[in-house]
Formats: sequence, structure tokens, C-alpha cells
Amino acid sequence: MATAALVFKDVEKRFAAGGGRITEALKGLSVEIAAGVITGLLGPDGAGKTTLMRLAAGLLLPDRGQISVFGHDATSEARASSGSIGYMPQRFGLYEDLTVRENLELYADLQGLAGDARSARYDELLVMTALGPFGTRRAGALSGGMKQKLGLACVLLSTPRLLLLDEPTVGVDPISRRELWIIIERLAREGVTVLMSTAYLDEAERCQDLVMLNEGRLLGQAGPESFRAPLVGRSYLVRAADGGRRRLQQQLAHRTGVIDAQLQASEVRVILSEGATPQPGPGETWEQAVPRVEDAFVALLQGGRTRVKREAAAAGPASGPVRLPPGVVIMARDLRRSFGTFEAVKGVSFDVSTGEVFGLLGANGAGKTTAFRMLCGLLLPTAGKLSVAGADMYHAGASARQRIGYVSQRFVLYGNLSVAQNLQFFAGVYGLGRAALDARLRWAEEEFDLGPYRSVNASALSVGYKQRLALACALLHEPQILFLDEPTSGVDPLARREFWERINALAHDGVTVMVTTHFMEEAEYCDRLVLMSQGEVLASGTPPEIRRLAQTPERPDPTMEDAFIVLIAEHEQSIRRAS
Amino acid sequence: MNRMRLRGLIRKEFLQIMRDPSAIAIAVVLPFVLLLLFGYGVSLNARRVPLALVAPHSPQAQELLGGFDHSPYFVPRRYATMAAATHALVRRRVQGIVWLRSDFGRHVLARGNAGIGVFVNGVDANNAGLLEAYIRGVWLGWLSRQAQAQGSALSVPVTVEQRIWFNAALRSRNYLVPGLIAIVMTLIGALLTAQVVSREWERGTMEALMATPVSMADILLSKLIPYFVLGMAGMALSVAMAVWLFTVPLRGTLLVLFSASGLFLLVALGMGLLISTVAKNQFISATIAIVTTFLPAFILSGFIFDLNSMPWPVRLLTHIVAARYFVAILQTVFGAGDLWPVVLANAAALCVMAAFFLGLTWRLSRKRLD
Amino acid sequence: MWPRIRALVIKEFLALLRDKVARMTMIVPPLLQLVIFGYAATFNIRDIPYAVYDQDGGAASHELLARFEGSSFFRRKAVLTAERQIAPVIDDKRVLLVIHIGPQFSRDLLAHRPARIQVIIDGRNSNTAALAGNYVNEVVQGFDTEWAATHGWQAPPAQLVVRSWFNPDLLSRWFIVPGIIGLLTLVVTLLATGLSVARERESGTFDQLLVTPLGSAEILLGKSVPGFVIGLMEATVILVAAVFWFDVPFTGSLVALYLGLVVFLLSGIGIGLMISSMSVTQQQGALGVFLFMVPAVILSGFATPIANMPLAVQYLTYLDPLRYFLVILRGTFLQGDGAGVLGSQYAGLAALALASMTLAAWLFRHRMS
Repeated sequence: MATAALVFKDVEKRFAAGGGRITEALKGLSVEIAAGVITGLLGPDGAGKTTLMRLAAGLLLPDRGQISVFGHDATSEARASSGSIGYMPQRFGLYEDLTVRENLELYADLQGLAGDARSARYDELLVMTALGPFGTRRAGALSGGMKQKLGLACVLLSTPRLLLLDEPTVGVDPISRRELWIIIERLAREGVTVLMSTAYLDEAERCQDLVMLNEGRLLGQAGPESFRAPLVGRSYLVRAADGGRRRLQQQLAHRTGVIDAQLQASEVRVILSEGATPQPGPGETWEQAVPRVEDAFVALLQGGRTRVKREAAAAGPASGPVRLPPGVVIMARDLRRSFGTFEAVKGVSFDVSTGEVFGLLGANGAGKTTAFRMLCGLLLPTAGKLSVAGADMYHAGASARQRIGYVSQRFVLYGNLSVAQNLQFFAGVYGLGRAALDARLRWAEEEFDLGPYRSVNASALSVGYKQRLALACALLHEPQILFLDEPTSGVDPLARREFWERINALAHDGVTVMVTTHFMEEAEYCDRLVLMSQGEVLASGTPPEIRRLAQTPERPDPTMEDAFIVLIAEHEQSIRRAS
Repeated sequence: MNRMRLRGLIRKEFLQIMRDPSAIAIAVVLPFVLLLLFGYGVSLNARRVPLALVAPHSPQAQELLGGFDHSPYFVPRRYATMAAATHALVRRRVQGIVWLRSDFGRHVLARGNAGIGVFVNGVDANNAGLLEAYIRGVWLGWLSRQAQAQGSALSVPVTVEQRIWFNAALRSRNYLVPGLIAIVMTLIGALLTAQVVSREWERGTMEALMATPVSMADILLSKLIPYFVLGMAGMALSVAMAVWLFTVPLRGTLLVLFSASGLFLLVALGMGLLISTVAKNQFISATIAIVTTFLPAFILSGFIFDLNSMPWPVRLLTHIVAARYFVAILQTVFGAGDLWPVVLANAAALCVMAAFFLGLTWRLSRKRLD
Repeated sequence: MWPRIRALVIKEFLALLRDKVARMTMIVPPLLQLVIFGYAATFNIRDIPYAVYDQDGGAASHELLARFEGSSFFRRKAVLTAERQIAPVIDDKRVLLVIHIGPQFSRDLLAHRPARIQVIIDGRNSNTAALAGNYVNEVVQGFDTEWAATHGWQAPPAQLVVRSWFNPDLLSRWFIVPGIIGLLTLVVTLLATGLSVARERESGTFDQLLVTPLGSAEILLGKSVPGFVIGLMEATVILVAAVFWFDVPFTGSLVALYLGLVVFLLSGIGIGLMISSMSVTQQQGALGVFLFMVPAVILSGFATPIANMPLAVQYLTYLDPLRYFLVILRGTFLQGDGAGVLGSQYAGLAALALASMTLAAWLFRHRMS
């Protein structure tokens, strides 16, 4: 087949997972990637996406099977074919202490780009990525989006025939994401074959071909159209007369025949199982929707997944947390923090009330995490006031910290301790008595399905399970306030759904939840939120209030992402006017 | 290997060194501080040792004790009784006791072969041995004065005339400072490279590098060359300090000294690269670096403890300590000159070790992720 | 408070020892090094290689040389026949010394005239040279005494009678092996604590720890315990090996030794935690451990006496916990010391422990952000 850029034939790849266990990352995968188009690689965590990319790039050798790139055997001629492949790993290794230009020069040298072709190519790439003005800036000082663009530029220096991109848009703000896509589509028009994996399923809509993996096997390969086709007549948008969409979403999620119920702007998006018919409840209006790839993804995978044990979560622990009285629980007034001359948070104010789910939204580098760390008492503000449950966490004693739970970015746990040891440790440091400890450990293992993984090292868990364990550890002592820093980053859409169901249940029980995220659509799950960019609050309010800010006659029902883009643009204009 | 790639990588490495001055600090500031501290601090030449003297007031006894007063090695302290002197010895106030009985003068006059009691604190055996020798020296001086006074020749049949070559004054610094250079350079080599490869893995830059057409040889060479240059700068500084600050005579040629240093640096860097390549995490790599570099170089290199005094299994083991060869070359080139048999044999051993470490590193670092 | 600390201590032990490789690197090398260094680190020299250049060949010179042949300290490697052969054998390190007996030797002695021999010693290692010179003197003195007695020479007016206390044979192993206890205990303690905070900082678990009700004093306490326990255990093993394997006599009070060990461990842990609290990355932690350990070992009096150092450096050694502990070790092993004699050493260690722990706690709190 002349048009196949990349062919996997019956490829198997195993890894030693420690303790004599072996993980099978790919189980006899056969797939062909067509030349000259953009192919999206989809799948839940641990499906084998990254392994596939690394095998294609020649960084891993298959245990069995053949891989060929443009007709050459990639396993035996890895060196020869690597010139025609550009590979951008998930965490692209930019040298952060080198400038943009120096990074480019290094990769130009490595790819053997001749001297005269070089400067023309630099200019071209710097224009394409809009990094021109930042040539002398250190890569470490770039925003997340700019880093990804620079990484892409480094890979593109010698125009590869096959471009492998491993989750290039994770953690990138919506504007940078659009810019990255413009570059990728332009490359495809120039004849470059692109294979990219992504966690944003809206991006899958823009690919010409989709490959879906699950547990190391091919689940399906087709264009987005054919993927969506079986969902026609099964996707609905539901609106309740009284407007309580959160309650509506929870009701719908447990109705028979419903696979999935998600908040989407002011409505609830419902996917029905095959053959089911809509059964509108009183006061609900159901309207057929155009299916999306995400619907197909969920429909394909939901069957094999364990649903959250709703009853357990809702009933909560036997004792039940001691609820805080209604009122303002978290207060921030003109919060500021500088690192040297760089001001990471520039005057942020908000109030969070008891039992609210409050979101801090923004891309990487927006100042969310810095604000968050100040609230948790990990960082002293440069200026401003804050209180959490009436105390300043930085100076507060043990009893104040007993009230909060904290899940940090990347779900940090003690990697070389087992799941049970991690749980026991956190139960211990929160001073749980023996009886309470046993009960809570049992609760955690049941509620989060961690039982089978008791003796597995935390570092060997998949991202989804790491997230569960981190959350379980933070909930053992039944905190009144829960801080979650990017709790869904790197987690697949299914695990994200599960996660938000849990958060909803906790909020229902009166736990105040403060959460940061860079997934704009997750904003819908928050009662109220602030939208941040470059250390400043762009807008705050309920999700509908924020969406309304971007409402125009042409766009009557904007998404949160639209709102974000509009607000950024307005903000930049106001800066320009001021200067 | 490709010149353009290698050049690019080396330039990157130098840029990183310039941006993060810690490598320069390790290579230049560290040897300076350590050598300064140790060069002055490490000495086996005992001077001004506190010594208890218990003696009667007879002129013969005082004549003998005067020898201790004039010796640069002792700070004599007089004690009235043996009990008081013993107490001082146990409390570590004096290192030894010289005891002359009350009938000392009578015995000497009567040629009755008087006994001079000498007690030394033997805890520090080496120091005690030296102390004994110093006391013996004072006694011999007294004997010859006695003989002269009586107009007769020395009453000892055979006397030994010692001629110490290379270091007539037995200045311990002359051999300790060159050894210290070897120890300090062992540390520098390991510290410089022990983490430069694992750092690339941890920051994710290695995966990106590997996806380009670079070869593993390019990557390793690009690590080796810049740190070699830095290490040689540290070496030059150390030699300069040894010669001008500590006035250790350099009898050999700089060419031989620096060639040997370069060779040794290759071994030290190769070992660091190997640790960095093999170790899974930083804790283990740091532990291995600490355990395998400093203490063996300190104890098993011949820097301070003589290799010939070790039992043969241990002596055999010292052959895998690279510092051993470098110490031998340095002590010879500084103390004696370019003695080719010593220099060449040890240089050959260093060559073998460098080839071993670098070759093993190269073999173990495949261009794959698993 | 105690359940919290208990959980923390369990966690610290697991984090340090659960990984097999980490466990091995913490435990095996110190024990291996004890054995190797115990044998290697000695100032006693045996089998001194020497050459003889005997121009005399008479009965007296034969008699003298026979004494060298019979001594366990010397081993003859060559017999030289010309003066120009002397330089090469010394230069190449084939022999450490050359005994040169002149042509008049026997004649002089038999004629009742004092004779001289010349000994040429390789001074490259001045300590070995000095010791070898001493041994030569001893052998010659033995010859002199006998010759004087048998050939009617007058005895000297006074003789030295040398005794060395606490270590009659001047075995440097008795001096070095107790020192190794201190040396290796320090290394293990620093390794166990020096990277522990930095490791959590790097992996991000440090933040997780700080939002729990644990106070910074509790966290530091939790981090101290594993280093303390491991240090105590390894010191005990090495202690037993020193007494029963290396036959170093233990003459003092075990209580006095353990009292010193406890304070020493505390000061080592304090310094380790100080380094750890200062460093952001494990690389910095490792560098800090190196930078403290190397001078601490070299300037401790382990191999070269502190008394030989210039005064400024001697003052500096008061900051070195190993310095005090070596005195306690050697005192209790060889001098039969009890706790009473060692008061000032305990005081020095306690002051260091207190200062380093306080500083570690302060740094810990102030480097949180």
C-alpha cells in the first residue's frame, strides 16, 4: 500500500512493571496510518497511545510484530528512518535555561540543517509560531502554549514526512490551542503526515482519520463522520423548565437507557444506549443533537467501566463530616504574590461559601496554582488578605489544617510506597484512631475500587488510579474544605466524568470544594468560578453569567471556551489602551 | 559521529554551564577551598608536642632535660611527681612522659647505666612512634655531648647516617598535597558528571534528543568534552596552589603532569557518567557516588596509608581504585621527577580504566527507552 | 501528636528502605568498607622492601645484615654491587631503602672505633620514610647493645626504656578501627537524612505533607528517627566487628560510648537535615552532603592529628562532630575512659546537635515557600 505512512503489523510490547509483574502495553496491534492526512489517536489512559508513538519513533523496539515507516522497516533501520520522522514527546524536552533561538539552533545542528537553509527556516518557523519577538527569551520563561509551539518548531526544522505529536495541546490555553491547530493543519496541507494523540475530543473532530485504542488493542479506526454515525438519534440536549441543570444532570445520569449525561452550557447532553428511546420527565424538553466524537468515545467505552457507586458516595461515611455553618468559608482580598520581579498573582479577590464548588480557571501559567498554594498555606502572599475557615493557613495550627484536604497537581503520592501504605500514612498523620482508621481504609478501598491494588506501588498505578488514590488520601479525615489543584489533568474523559460525580456528591454533603482546571468545559460543574489569565482575574460569577459575557447576536449560546477567548481579547485591548 | 551535531551539543552544554554557574563553582571554587583547607590542615609532622618531664634537680638530669627544652618538637611541662604526670597523660594534656629517677645523677656519674623511663600515649600509634623517635633523638644528642665532655669517642659501635632522598626535611606536606589533588579531582570528576545524564532523563530532554538523528556517541562525547575542559581548569588551579602556596617542589615536567591528569580526569568523568547512566534515581546515584569515590580514594589510594602495608587481598583490591595510580604519578612527578617506569606503568593502568568506564557507559546507553 | 509521628516514622522507614537497591546501598557498603578499611588503613609498615650494598663483606657486616634478614619488618629485594645501582632501585619504587655499608666497617669495629652505615630512604612518603628510619635504628641499636657487651665496649651512661601506654605494640589498627565506627556512622546518617527533604520537595509530596496537621517540628522529628535507628544499628554492628573481628580491646565504659554515640547521631542528623532543608533538589542535597562530609572526615583527626594543624584550622574543627566522637571512641576503647572523663566532648557534641537542629528547623520553616 503506497499511501500508508506508518504500518503496525501485529505489534506486541510488554514492560516489566516491577515486582515481577508485566504490563502489556500493546497486545497484537495492527493499524495503518494513511499518508498526507491528520490522524487522531484516541483512547483512555493506559490504552497504549504513548507506547505506539515511541515505537513509531524508533525509541522502543517491539517484542513481536513489524513496524514500517514509508515502507522501511522501522525496527532494523531505526537510524535511517529517524530523519524523516519528527517526534514531539508529551513533555517536550526544551532546555529551559537556553533561549528560544539557542534551542532552535541546537535542534538545527542535531538534524543536520545546512547553514544557508537554516536562517530562512528559522524565520519561517518563528513567523509561523509567532515566537519571533521572543527569540532571546529563555525557554523556561515562556508560557505553556509558547513552549509547546517552540517544541513543535524544533521538531519541524527539517520538515519531517511523518510528524508524531503526543498530546501536544494538554495544558495549553484555548487561544494557543487554536494557533497550534492552525500550524498543524497548514503542515498537513503541505503534505506532512500527522499522527497526534489528544485528550481533547473536540480536537478529534478536526482530524481526517481517527484511531481509537483501548487496553493495547484497536477499538476502531474511521473518519470522525463514521465514528459519529451510530450515535445519530442517540444524542440529545435536555433542558429543564426550572433551570436546575445540576440536579437535572444527576437525575438523568441514573435514568435507564442513559449512558452519559453531561453539562453542556445551559443544557444537559444525554447519550442513550443502543435501542433506547428518550423518556422525557416532567418539565424537560429533549432536543436531538448532532453527535460528537466524544459521544462515540463514551458510548464505546462506557460499557467496560465500573460506574461510581453512587449510593456509597451519597451516603458518605458513617459519621458524616462536621459541617461548617453556612457563610463565607474562603475569602481572598487583593491577593498578590511576586517571585523576584515577576508578579504571578496580581490582586485576586473572591469569596467561597459553604458547600460550594468553586473553580479557578485558566491555562498553565495563569497564576491558579500560585493563588491556590497561598490559600493552602504553602506560600506567603506578598500582599493582600486571605482566610480559610476563619484561619490563615500559613500560620494556622494543626487543628485548622485538620479541616482541609488537598490534592496537588500530578497527584503526588509516595511512589515507592504501596497503595495501602499511602492510605495508612495519611490516615495516621490526620490522627485517625484505630477504629476510625479501619473503617475509613475500608471505605476508601471500596469507594475508589482500590482493593485489588492494595499492594501495588503508587508509582506503578495508571494516571486514573493515581487520581483516585490521591483523592482517597485527601478524603480520609473527612475534611470540610477540599482543595483540588488540576485534579483532571492528564486524565481521560471517562475518569473525568467519574471524578466530577464524586465532587458533586461531596458538595451535596456540605463539603466546600475549591478546584483549579484548564479544561474550560469543566467550568460547568462549578457553582461559581473565576477566570484567570496572567495573574489577573478576567471575570467571576456563575458559569451562565460568564458565558453571557461572550453572547453576541451571531453566537447566542457561547461555550466557556468562547467566553475565555473573548475575555482575553478584551483584556489585551484594555492593556493596549492603557499603555 | 557527526561534527555538526557534536558541535551543537557541546555548545548547548557550554551554554548550560554558563547559565548555571554551579558547575564552574564545582570545578574551580571547590578545589580551591578544599585544597586550601586540607593543604594546611593535613600534616603528619608533629610539632610542639606537650611532654611531661619528671626529674630530680641533679645537674646531670637537668642537662638531659635541656635537650627537650631546645627541641622544636616539644613543649615540655615539668611535673613534681609521677602520679601528677600520669594524670596529665590520661587526661590527654600531655602526649608522653620522660621520667628520671631521683638517683639518676648518681648512676650516670658511676657509669651505672641509668634507666630513662619513657611513657607515650599509644592511642595514636603513628604519632606515638614519631614521638618515640624524637625522644630518642634528644637522648642521642645528650649521649654525644656526654662523650665529648669526657673526651672519649661516642660509645656506640655503629651509628646510622640517614639520607632521605626527595624530601630531606621529611615534610609531610610534600607528599600529602599531591595526594590531596588526586582526592579533590576524584570528587570533582564524580560531582561534575554524576548527574548530567540523569538530569536529561528527568527533564524529558533525552527523549526529544533521541528522536533526532544524534548517536549515543555524540551525546556522551558532548558530555565528556566540556566537563573535561572544566576539570582541567580545576586541575591547573590545584597545581598552581601546590607549587606556589604550599611550596611543594615540582621536580617533573608540567607536560607529564597534565597528560597524567587528563588521563585521570577521563577515568573520573567516565565513572561519573557510568553512575549517571546506570542509576535509576538521584538518591541512589548520589549514594553510589559518595560511597564509591571519596572514601576509597581517601583510604585505598596510598594518599596517606601506605599500600605496601596492606594485606595482599586489600592490596589487590586497591588496583580498582583509579586514584591509586594517579596518587603514585603525582607523588613521583612532584617529589622525584619524570621517572618513566613509575609514570608509564600507572598511566597504562589509567588508560585501561578509562577505556573500561567509557566503553561500559557507551555499551549501556542504548538509544532506546526500554 | 504521637499517632501522627508514628505514621510519619513508618512512612520514612518505608520510603528509605522499601526499594531493594536503596536498601542495599544504605547497608552493604558501610559493612564492606569496615572490613576493607579496617585492614587497609594502617600506618604500621611491614615487609619494608630494601636493598643491600655491602662494600665490606666482613663478619661484622654479615652479622648486622643478618639482623635485618631476621626482622619481620624488612624484606630484602636486591643486593647491589655498585653505587650507581642505588638510584634506579629507589626511583622505581622497587625498594624503600638501601643499606650501604662502607669498606672500612668491619675493620673499624674490630679496632674499637665507632663505625657508620649509610641508609638511603625514599622520602616521597615522608611518614613511611620516618617510620622505616625508626625501624632501622631499632635493629642497629639491638646490634650495638650486643656488640658492646660481647666486645668489651663501655656501656652508655643511660639507656632509654620506652613503654607505650594503652597500645603497647603501637598497632595503628587499634587507633584506626574505632575511628572507622565514627566515619561510617557519619556517612550513613548523612545519607539517610541529607536528601530526605529535597526528595519530597522534588516529587511534590512535601506540599502534601505541609497541608496535613503535622507541624514542622513533627516532620523533622519523623525524618530524624530512621537516620537515628539505622545509624545506631550500623554503629553497633561495626562496634561488635571491631572488638571480635579486629581484636581491638574495649577497655572503657560501654555506657559512656553509647552516650557519645547518641549525641553524635543527633548532631549528624541535625547537620543532615540542615543540608536537606537548604536544598531544593536532590542534586543540591548530594552536593551539600559531599561538601560537609569530605572536610569533616579529613579534618577530624581520623588519620592526621588535629594538633598538627595550624591554629585557624584547629578552631574550625570544633564544628566537626566527628572530632569529638573520635576522642570518645578511642578513649572508651583504648584508655578505659568512663563518662566522667569525656564531659567536654559530650558538651561539644550536644552544642553542635542543638545548634544544627535549631538551624534545621528554622531553615525548614523559612524555605517552605
